[in-house]
Amino acid sequence: MNLDSLLPNLGEWLRGTGPESDVVVSTRIRLARNLADYPFTNRATLIQKGEIVSRAREAIARAELPYTLEYLDVPSMPALDRQFLVERQLISRELAAVLDGPRGVAFESARESASVMINEEDHLRLQVLRSGFALDEAWADIDRLDDALEARLMYAFHSQFGYLTACPTNVGTGLRASVMLHLPALGLTKQIEKVFRALQKINLAVRGLHGEGSRAFGDLYQISNQVTLGKSEAKILGEIKEVIQTILQYERQARTTLLKERRQGEQDRVARALGTLGSATMITAEETMELLSVVRLGIHLRLIDDVPATCVNQLFIQTQAAHLQKLVGQPLDGEERNAQRAKYLKARLRELGSHRP
Amino acid sequence: MNFPGNNGMKCMFCQNVATVHLTNIVNHQGWEAHLCEHCARERNLLGDAPGPQINLQALVKLLATPLVSPHQEAETACPVCGQSYAAFKAEGRLGCSHDYEAFRGVLEPLLERVHRSTVHQGKFPVAAQRIAELEELQSRMQVAVAAEDYEQAARLRDLIRQKQAEGRRG
Repeated sequence: MNLDSLLPNLGEWLRGTGPESDVVVSTRIRLARNLADYPFTNRATLIQKGEIVSRAREAIARAELPYTLEYLDVPSMPALDRQFLVERQLISRELAAVLDGPRGVAFESARESASVMINEEDHLRLQVLRSGFALDEAWADIDRLDDALEARLMYAFHSQFGYLTACPTNVGTGLRASVMLHLPALGLTKQIEKVFRALQKINLAVRGLHGEGSRAFGDLYQISNQVTLGKSEAKILGEIKEVIQTILQYERQARTTLLKERRQGEQDRVARALGTLGSATMITAEETMELLSVVRLGIHLRLIDDVPATCVNQLFIQTQAAHLQKLVGQPLDGEERNAQRAKYLKARLRELGSHRP
Repeated sequence: MNFPGNNGMKCMFCQNVATVHLTNIVNHQGWEAHLCEHCARERNLLGDAPGPQINLQALVKLLATPLVSPHQEAETACPVCGQSYAAFKAEGRLGCSHDYEAFRGVLEPLLERVHRSTVHQGKFPVAAQRIAELEELQSRMQVAVAAEDYEQAARLRDLIRQKQAEGRRG
């Protein structure tokens, strides 16, 4: 499969629709699973890893699902393609660049809504993505995918400890649900730290865009459960739902206050952000994300109406390093990337401007 | 017992400096325990009153639990994959699914800390569920046999056969 065919698509998680999409960007659930007859990935030999890949691929190919999963071999993939898949949230950075030996990913290529990583930290990492706040739908989907694979694979399962995982922090359900939130108003009104302290107290983790250890750029935060053992999947999801509802209320309140108290100031900030995006000649990915965050807030506060929300998502994904290099069709170093990014943004925003009434 | 002595030794339950040191001789075998004050209080070894008073009942309980010393713990290895507990501690990853049994004694307190639980609730793989159901029926059948309730035992035997046949078909 040629990955370039994915380039013009947004992918499920950036579709920009879905419930509560003014604040919730996307919902993701992953399940960690291991095959019963093999050591965990970090202790498996190359031969065993190869067997795990072929067993998993066979199960995936024969799984009864309403969509097909296409397999991509990671070791034989160019570095740029791996990075591209990381940016599209289809594989982890570990699978792309840290781990070695036979490994790969099978994913649903039409919507990019489901993927199965093979030989990541666990033999199988199932993932389902949904745009907006859709934990129940995502669970129904991944539960079905899990059942379909389990019908053909013997999972490592323990009657007391549940699904066994390489790291004891994932044992039990093996479930990690992450909801990605755009919280610019809580950031501006300095309430964000308070929210996070409250979350940590109830054992929910807050991370940046790219998961563990990543910084929160562009006011994007991922909220996820940490406990995987001793609570049912429904209970884990229910607790996250409750918390997200509260954060949604806080963010919307903060947005209302912002509009009431400094509408002019916000209007100016949005106009300046668009101005910089449309006229810079060098721009980093980080600055782009920060400015797009301002524009996105402007759209949802109805301070601008000529930039569609999906356009922000499009610019967000296309200006990331690997996407940009694929668009240009050649490898670029840091400086060249910043120049090309600025060029791309300028062209896209001019295109939008020409459609303005 | 030295209290509150300190020779830089680590508590046997956490990373804090041990300030409570217990020595006991049983059958000419020396037995030592080193705890920080927090862990000692958690195990009710120290009373609420200040000063070197010790709760004897709690001490007996501590003595009765088969404690793995940090040294022995590190040498525990999984009989299937050979991963040592020390390697797990260093890497944070277990070697294979059998490690959960091999290191159960040290993993359970860890799981309790991380998840506040040691027992899975939630989804079961269908195959595992079938095995659990069969085991349950088999033990009920044995109880029925022991109680000489042969009618019930026969019913259960038929049910077990039926389930086994379903399993082979599925």
